[in-house]
Amino acid sequence: MKMEGQVRIPSGCAIAAVISRKGRNISGEVITGAMRPMHDRSNGLGGGFAGYGIYPAYKDFYALHMFFDERATRKNCETFLKERFEIVKSEIIPTRKIPEITDEPIIWRYFVAPLQSVLAAAQLDEKEFVARTVMRINTEMPGAYVFSSGKNMGTFKAVGFPEDVGAFYRLEEYEGYSWTGHGRYPTNTPGWWGGAHPFTLLDFSIVHNGEISSYDANRRFIEMFGYRCTLQTDTEVITYIMDYLIRVQGLTRREAASVIAAPFWSTIERETDPEKRQKYMYLRTLFSGLLITGPFSIVFGFSGGLMALNDRLKLRSMVVGEKDDKVYISSEEAAIRAMEPQAENIWAPAGGEPVIVQVEEGAYECL
Amino acid sequence: MKQIDAKDMDFETLNRKLRESGEDCAVTGCCGQRFIAAGMSKIHITIDGIPGNALGAYLNGASITVRANTQDAVGDTMNAGEIIVYGSIGDAAGYAMRGGRIFVRDSAGYRAGIHMKAYHEKVPLMVIGGSAGSFLGEYQAGGVIVVLGLGEKGRRIIGNFPCTGMHGGKMFLRGDCQGIHFPREVTAKPVEASARAELEGYVREYCALFDRDAEAVLDSPFTLVTPASRNPYQQMYVAN
Repeated sequence: MKMEGQVRIPSGCAIAAVISRKGRNISGEVITGAMRPMHDRSNGLGGGFAGYGIYPAYKDFYALHMFFDERATRKNCETFLKERFEIVKSEIIPTRKIPEITDEPIIWRYFVAPLQSVLAAAQLDEKEFVARTVMRINTEMPGAYVFSSGKNMGTFKAVGFPEDVGAFYRLEEYEGYSWTGHGRYPTNTPGWWGGAHPFTLLDFSIVHNGEISSYDANRRFIEMFGYRCTLQTDTEVITYIMDYLIRVQGLTRREAASVIAAPFWSTIERETDPEKRQKYMYLRTLFSGLLITGPFSIVFGFSGGLMALNDRLKLRSMVVGEKDDKVYISSEEAAIRAMEPQAENIWAPAGGEPVIVQVEEGAYECL
Repeated sequence: MKQIDAKDMDFETLNRKLRESGEDCAVTGCCGQRFIAAGMSKIHITIDGIPGNALGAYLNGASITVRANTQDAVGDTMNAGEIIVYGSIGDAAGYAMRGGRIFVRDSAGYRAGIHMKAYHEKVPLMVIGGSAGSFLGEYQAGGVIVVLGLGEKGRRIIGNFPCTGMHGGKMFLRGDCQGIHFPREVTAKPVEASARAELEGYVREYCALFDRDAEAVLDSPFTLVTPASRNPYQQMYVAN
């Protein structure tokens, strides 16, 4: 087999997302359909989706989606989980046998709540406890891997083309207020089930087109704070950076965007609003290790919303469109048209300019 | 005129049909098929729906009319022919084009005209009716870029870092370009009478295509950007 370097692999990847600002249900079929016109951006080595609002009956429980290499690993892991969580439901994630998707691991999901006694003993808040448990399983338990751990959301990913991955996971049977999707064209790292996008921690998820030149600088910085990059690909570090900046440090999403896609110093110098200039300088200085260089377009999913962001040089494409209560984001307008042929106000955000769309207040409370 | 329904058709089939047609074609239901008309030298093609990336790459004389927006890398390395877009154009439009013409009714994304070049009678032209994103004319080595900024209502008509690395060709920008920062290797100055006739030709052609009032569009200051000298980067890395 020829290795990267002996063979030229043009970087591709496809991202797409949709959200209803009214919190209305959207079938998983919509996001699967978005990936079809972008088929050639992927090479069949990874596809995946994240759906928000898909588990209303279990919305107060963390939904752990897991891959296991064998039954014994699952049994061991369940013993570990039972010591820490109340498991209100555990089941195989329903899949459809199709020839396009093969060699699947054991794919399971658990709806869990941390045991109060364990939380009290650990003196940790709930989210920190869940995040640490995820890191622990992924680093210390060979053959077990948590690939989704948020409330009322879930990630579905596999090796294959994204439209086949959607069929494999029967996404048409789920409904949510927002979805993200990804087709992978791995360039520097292996195509395996855990390496497919989205990458998630708690309710945060990332789909990413591009490659991170600053990966190791970012990884070294973020691993100082308890995160472990275990998935043999660059994108996961963005998920941990967003978790660190927003959940742990308390930055706003817009501020987090100004850290990872910080304006150039020359652009900051020319900023006419002194308050803004001060803020950009502060964020660039304080979190210099979290600046992400290299080309990227990402969609960051969180409970109640989506944020789309390009690298500051805009070396990857991304367009946004609207129709009624819905907002669509994608690498290509064709994918938006596949979701909504009548989409309006199509525009391409500038590099480093975050587009944040949230379910309206009130509408989100009822979910 | 041959009708081609491109719905659910892959790009190879679509391009084969175009090549084999031998006559003008009207493509409907287009949704993301790449490389449409790549390298083609004859026929006129009209497209309804969104053509995929690299529309008209290496175009060699054929003409394309799109009744919608287009995606990235339109006219990549095109040599001759014409692409008319009744909408906006994505990133890296006219990438390294060395001949032919691109007219865009609305706006262009990042890096329009990157590495455009010219050779003897081959002088490519790109006219953008709306605004253009950052890095307009990056490494421009030849050809002509026109940005009219129509409908921008006082907003800047081009993004950051225009003309970075520009060393040939020219750029006409509508307005006096206040607040736009150009690199020191280029000269931006008001269009003089000697260049006015050339500019008017481009503007009138744009206005005829998209049904705009040419007099109104021309009733404005224009800025001409050209490299500051024949070899502006002589000492950038080593003497060359």
